[in-house]
Amino acid sequence: MPAERPLAPFGRRSCAVTAAGDDGGYRLFTLLDEEGPRPAPGQFYMLTAEGEWQGSSGRPFLPRAISVARVLGERGGLRLGFLIDVVGPGTDRLNRLAKGDSCMIAGPFGTPFSMPKEINPEAVGAVLAGGGIGIAPIAVLRRDLVSRGVATRTLLGFRDRDHSGAVATLFGCEETRLAFEDGSGGHRGYVTDLLELVLAGDDPGGAVVYSCGPPAMLEAVRRMCAGHDVPVELALESPMACGFGACFGCAVPKPDGGYLRLCVDGPVLRGDRIASAMAGEA
Amino acid sequence: MDISTDLCGIALDGPVLNGSGTYDALAARRAFGEALDRDFPFSAFVSKTITGPPRDGNPPHRLWETPSGMINSIGLPNPGLESFVSGDLPQLVGLPVPLIVSVMADSVEGFVTLIEAVAAVEGVAGIELNVSCPNVHSGLIVGEQPTETEALMKALRPLTSLPLIVKLTPNVANPENVALAAEAGGADAVSLINTLKATAIDPDRNRPWLGAGGGGLSGPAIRPIALAQVRIVSAAVTIPVVGMGGITDGESALEFILAGARVVAVGTENFRDPAAGIAVRNGLSAALERRGFASLAEAQASTLS
Repeated sequence: MPAERPLAPFGRRSCAVTAAGDDGGYRLFTLLDEEGPRPAPGQFYMLTAEGEWQGSSGRPFLPRAISVARVLGERGGLRLGFLIDVVGPGTDRLNRLAKGDSCMIAGPFGTPFSMPKEINPEAVGAVLAGGGIGIAPIAVLRRDLVSRGVATRTLLGFRDRDHSGAVATLFGCEETRLAFEDGSGGHRGYVTDLLELVLAGDDPGGAVVYSCGPPAMLEAVRRMCAGHDVPVELALESPMACGFGACFGCAVPKPDGGYLRLCVDGPVLRGDRIASAMAGEA
Repeated sequence: MDISTDLCGIALDGPVLNGSGTYDALAARRAFGEALDRDFPFSAFVSKTITGPPRDGNPPHRLWETPSGMINSIGLPNPGLESFVSGDLPQLVGLPVPLIVSVMADSVEGFVTLIEAVAAVEGVAGIELNVSCPNVHSGLIVGEQPTETEALMKALRPLTSLPLIVKLTPNVANPENVALAAEAGGADAVSLINTLKATAIDPDRNRPWLGAGGGGLSGPAIRPIALAQVRIVSAAVTIPVVGMGGITDGESALEFILAGARVVAVGTENFRDPAAGIAVRNGLSAALERRGFASLAEAQASTLS
């Protein structure tokens, strides 16, 4: 059952960049959105850095779908934080946004995370598993769950300590368990190792898992939860031209054939609604 | 600025439509709410292409960004005629603008079934024929063959008095020959251009990037080609031309009108800006005014010197 889903203002709008800086291996910038509603956890925006977009290389041409990582403030507009990892010309341009620049946004879009009791009326708590840049929607969900008094455990994984700096900014002093692939702190290995320990040690009837991270991690989480018969919601990503159901580009295969549109059916999807979290990867 | 016009009898409050398959008005309404209907971005709405049987569409990846454009390999996913007529269609005829339904089949008989079913629904203002599919009998892509196009139109023309618009492919040497064949067969209008055949290569995996191997290029990258084809086709036929291909603003829309298009369609730009149709419509009014045109009709009637 989908949670409440705010309506996006029609069209796109220009927002001022109020802060931007490197934060532990990624870039975190903040936009002042004076028009839009507060996004629900898991929702995303389509972002276009103004100026130099479609520059000398002719790319980036399309906006980029980015999950919101932080939502602050009510009066005078929302301050929306976005976490950027440079993987191509679009994220490269967003990475270079500085305070005083402006950014076009459309959204919030997409189906957000459900509350644990909407997924399982018997749920007693939530287990959150985030990997790398995928900690962004997990951070927003964590705050929301905590504010609702939902017992929450948070497991986060990174390639190394240098890529975990945003944890302090986005999760504050909240208790988190960390895994580093290179053993530079916390658990040496993957966040899925931590999740396996939690699921093996719990009464699985009371848990709901939420996860966001790289496709291979999400597929591992999906299979692990299915093995423990624990419901899971995954925040996926896909190349996406529009974000509002127009282009049909963000196809995710369903288990029984056919495809979902990630932008409108997702980006948050129950693990049993998809055939794989690695569409197009293999 | 008076920008009202008509397209083969369909009265329009402006000349900006959407390209088929570039806007899902029902999904947009779920994202934006009633604001979409209050300020609907197009003066007529063209549905995504509907086929007889349902289609899942192509495997991912379906998109590749190019310099000033994109390649799509979507594969015409749609619920099929029966589900469309009972599901989406009653909602689409309730949109605040005239509805043009796009259909495609791989045989004349398939087109007949589609047109009879769609034309019977009250509120449908016109039908666009997507002829970019191979004919199952001849193996030839209908829209690439003047003889196939004319034969199809002659078979379909008696079925309905609704306007029939043929969507032309740009992947031919002489699009005007296909346009003339469509006109001879009884088409009320032609729309062009569809996407250009294109592909993208993933060098890391030594294979095409797109799941279906290739797709169609759209966006401003194709605008000069679209303008050339609109100019050639509109000079050859007497029926109206719906011009499209990389329109992003009022200036580029005006270029298509001056090249001979009666109305224009916005496609890929909708992905960058959900309200692009409004920006193009308002921009076109301003562009006409800057050039000293008293109305859209005056620009439609002008010829390139």
